Amino acid sequence: MDDAAQIIIDKVNHTYRPPRGRPVLALADVSLEVRPREFLALLGPSGCGKSTLLYLLGGFLPTEAGRILVEGKPVAAPGPDRGIVFQHFALFPWKTVRGNVLYGLERQRMPRSEREQRAQAFIDLVGLKGFEDSYPSQLSGGMRQRTAIARTLAFDPNILLMDEPFGALDAQTRSLMQTELLGIWQRTPKTVVFVTHDVQEAVYLADRVAVMSARPGRIKAIVDTKFKFGARDPGVFRSKEFVEKVDELWDLVRVEALKAQEEKVA
Amino acid sequence: MTSTAFRYLPLVLLALAWEAVARFNIVDSQALPPLSKVAVAWFDLMRDGSLVSNGAVSLYRGSVGLLLAILIGGGLGMAMARWRLFDVFVNPLVQLFYPLPKSALIPVTVIWLGFGDGSKILLIFLACMIPVTIGAYNGARGSEQVLVWSARSMGASRMRMMWDVVMPSALPELLNGVRTALALAFILIVSSELIASQQGFGYLIGYLGSTGAYEAMYAVVLTVAFLGFTADRVYQVIMQWLLQWRE
Repeated sequence: MDDAAQIIIDKVNHTYRPPRGRPVLALADVSLEVRPREFLALLGPSGCGKSTLLYLLGGFLPTEAGRILVEGKPVAAPGPDRGIVFQHFALFPWKTVRGNVLYGLERQRMPRSEREQRAQAFIDLVGLKGFEDSYPSQLSGGMRQRTAIARTLAFDPNILLMDEPFGALDAQTRSLMQTELLGIWQRTPKTVVFVTHDVQEAVYLADRVAVMSARPGRIKAIVDTKFKFGARDPGVFRSKEFVEKVDELWDLVRVEALKAQEEKVA
Repeated sequence: MTSTAFRYLPLVLLALAWEAVARFNIVDSQALPPLSKVAVAWFDLMRDGSLVSNGAVSLYRGSVGLLLAILIGGGLGMAMARWRLFDVFVNPLVQLFYPLPKSALIPVTVIWLGFGDGSKILLIFLACMIPVTIGAYNGARGSEQVLVWSARSMGASRMRMMWDVVMPSALPELLNGVRTALALAFILIVSSELIASQQGFGYLIGYLGSTGAYEAMYAVVLTVAFLGFTADRVYQVIMQWLLQWRE
């Protein structure tokens, strides 16, 4: 086992038990390691259990079989060392932008003046200056997700878990947010585990992409997507290297997406 | 301004019709005294202090009962929504108690706590608790899993999460339950005092009616109606303010 790994997922199985109906094996023998400050994408068709794996990492679901270690310790419960950003933002609708960003800092018992300052810094970082007193219901989807990202970054988790964070946004906003996330990640390096079903997004953002199979989810392949050039400008999309990686991953994912589709029909 | 005047026009017409019907003896002016005489009786009741002193007693009973119902019913509903075991034990009791006409408990509470404040407060508490509990229960059950997870991942303990996530999630439905409870409190305060009390609005209405002081009786009835209306209006403003975060 790699000593440098910050997250070790070792032969994890997970069975989903719906309130009615038969239990479904969602994850089968998943093993994966994530290094410190690495940006890892979990790529797979919908229903492959990639979000489930993220929730296990977050400690929201109990690990039933296998083990998950974060910095050497088994995951038992949610904790502020692992911040999470959800697809549908999960902002507290009764709190303003500032109130949402402050929440984690309040729970960490940071002194008032310090947390006010820190919250403002992260609101500025995601470009929401001037919207501090708005409620989530008054914001666009992109602004809500920026708030959610600021909220999670503000309490400084070592690990950032992202569950299709841009999946609910329109195409233009999504592309802007991807670039912005890369910028933020370069300024405040963290380990990121990023769930997505979008191949381009995975190649663009991640250092490595773990491709998952259709249900029951397994790790099918791990593909290195770290490019030589440092700055990831939008020109990347047209580069030969990028296009080839996307094709390579598409081939891996397509089979699984088809399988997932067939299962739905059957 | 004109729209407000227009909204209350039917009330003004009703008042005029009332006055006319009684003045011209279309109905027995004993059974329905003219509104102007009711107004005079109202000022008399204010002057001798009986309206204020009885009103204070009623409002005290009502607000204590309602406040207890909000605190305990709200907690009960949220606990039921979050803890399965608690729900299994308490839910059948709530279901059983729900359809019971609470006025049937008036004699029961009197046997337990006598003719004073205690029996009225208990009755109002029991009756008002039901809609508050159900509102809190439904609201808390609708609290989103991802919000709970978010709070927990930011370091909130389970108890803290109840207060920070479940309570505000339950708030819209809880507040609707409280509105129903507010109306129930008015109904039950008057009916319980009518039947078993020596003080309060209900007692005053019953006493004035039995002594034939119909003008004064109507004055008290209208006062209660006005207070009930005002309380509901004020409550709606408070509710809007508490829920201003919604779109």
